[in-house]
Amino acid sequence: MRVNFTVNGRPQEADDVWEGESLLYVLRERLGLPGSKNACEQGECGSCTVRLDGVPVCSCLVAAGQVEGRDVVTVEGLADFAKQRAEHGHGGACGTAGGCGSKGVSTDEAKQWSAKGTDSQTGEGVELSTVQQAFIDAGAVQCGFCTPGLLVQADALLERNADPSDQDIREALSGNLCRCTGYEKILDAVRLAAARQGEAV
Amino acid sequence: MDFLRPASWEEALAAKAEYPTAVPIAGGTDIMVEINFDHRRPEYLLDLNRIELLREWEVGEEVTKLGASVPYTQIMENLRGTLPGLALASHTVASPQIRNRGGVGGNLGCASPAGDSHPALLAAGAEVEVESVRGSRLIPIDEFYTGVKRNALAADELIKTIHIKNATGPQQYSKVGTRNAMVIAVCGFGLALHPETRTVRTGIASAAPTPIRAKAAEEFLNAALEEGGFWDNGKVITPSIAKQFGDLASGACNPIDDVRGTAKYRRHAVGILARRQLVWTWEQYRGTNGRSFEGAA
Repeated sequence: MRVNFTVNGRPQEADDVWEGESLLYVLRERLGLPGSKNACEQGECGSCTVRLDGVPVCSCLVAAGQVEGRDVVTVEGLADFAKQRAEHGHGGACGTAGGCGSKGVSTDEAKQWSAKGTDSQTGEGVELSTVQQAFIDAGAVQCGFCTPGLLVQADALLERNADPSDQDIREALSGNLCRCTGYEKILDAVRLAAARQGEAV
Repeated sequence: MDFLRPASWEEALAAKAEYPTAVPIAGGTDIMVEINFDHRRPEYLLDLNRIELLREWEVGEEVTKLGASVPYTQIMENLRGTLPGLALASHTVASPQIRNRGGVGGNLGCASPAGDSHPALLAAGAEVEVESVRGSRLIPIDEFYTGVKRNALAADELIKTIHIKNATGPQQYSKVGTRNAMVIAVCGFGLALHPETRTVRTGIASAAPTPIRAKAAEEFLNAALEEGGFWDNGKVITPSIAKQFGDLASGACNPIDDVRGTAKYRRHAVGILARRQLVWTWEQYRGTNGRSFEGAA
């Protein structure tokens, strides 16, 4: 079957999707977005966390057919998503406003394209979001496999709760498993991001 | 495999009538695991995500009508006042990501004896509204669970709304597991005090082939509370009553040994949960405790 949906603000069309396929598989294998990680495939580890119409979900447990017409943000689009939110005061898909990525591009323009510029789709060249930068600065990344899911989930937490208690952070991240860090640095990173966001306001 | 995407409830019922083997998928938190691991290959998946009415709820005078797909997160955030037991149970489901997708309809559809919402529904008192092209009916929650992962649904029926009695007294839910998040209950227990009828109701998860009530424990407690005039005088529950209640709850279990725990442990733990919850809820009823009437979810 064919599935049409928006990913990181850009309309996407996935073809020959098997009916039992997960959103995670479509993102990784059909749309070339390997940021969302495939680990447990049973909703246990949170490393495939994406925003579905703004709501954080495990993409391995969403059937591809269920996202028809809906809006997905992956870790690749997180920086852009966070930037838009800061600018417009809300988390919103840039695609709905017809802003990024959906404009017509002439062939001549396309020839000038280079991968070095910013890309809301792959996240390349885009300035990191507060949460992403905080993860780097706090040393919250070791092997990095759990990081994309944690970033999406932590960003969603700070969107909802700008000043989370340790208990809030622990609970928000309770569905994201990390087997390297022991979580302390991850908690530090979320606290750091919250503090920096607080300063910016 | 075929993916059926009805745009309305009527279309969904028609699809289920035409393809009775179709497996409904809403949050997908159970069925997708089975598909990902190749444990199950349904012929048809029936997507219920586009059906708005399944995500709505309505708090009435005596009953809250809860759409089958209302996610646990919404129950925790919006229904703590009227359905405190279910809100507490919802809060113990898996992780935030899973609670954002899963709902009570899925718990009922799968009818796993370990489902977290079952004890809360049994204790509060509920009816499950199911519908097919033939019409709709209300199944009392006590008659809903028919076997291990079996329920009273006919092949062409879908779960539409759960009618749950609004709390008129304190309710509790707790479960035993290895950590606070992402655990399937080793066993679970729910208790609801119903001061308006001067009765109590219970629910047990993961300690029998189906979710069950501890009826002997309820009858004992109802009689003991009445006899001692507890509902009126608001006295502290005596330790002997609490112990007997726990023992009888324990006796209601019919558990198995499995990877999560032994039958003996489950029986013991249910007794402890029952005893503690009786004390918690009763203290709350007496108003001497700092716990708010709402669930702490």
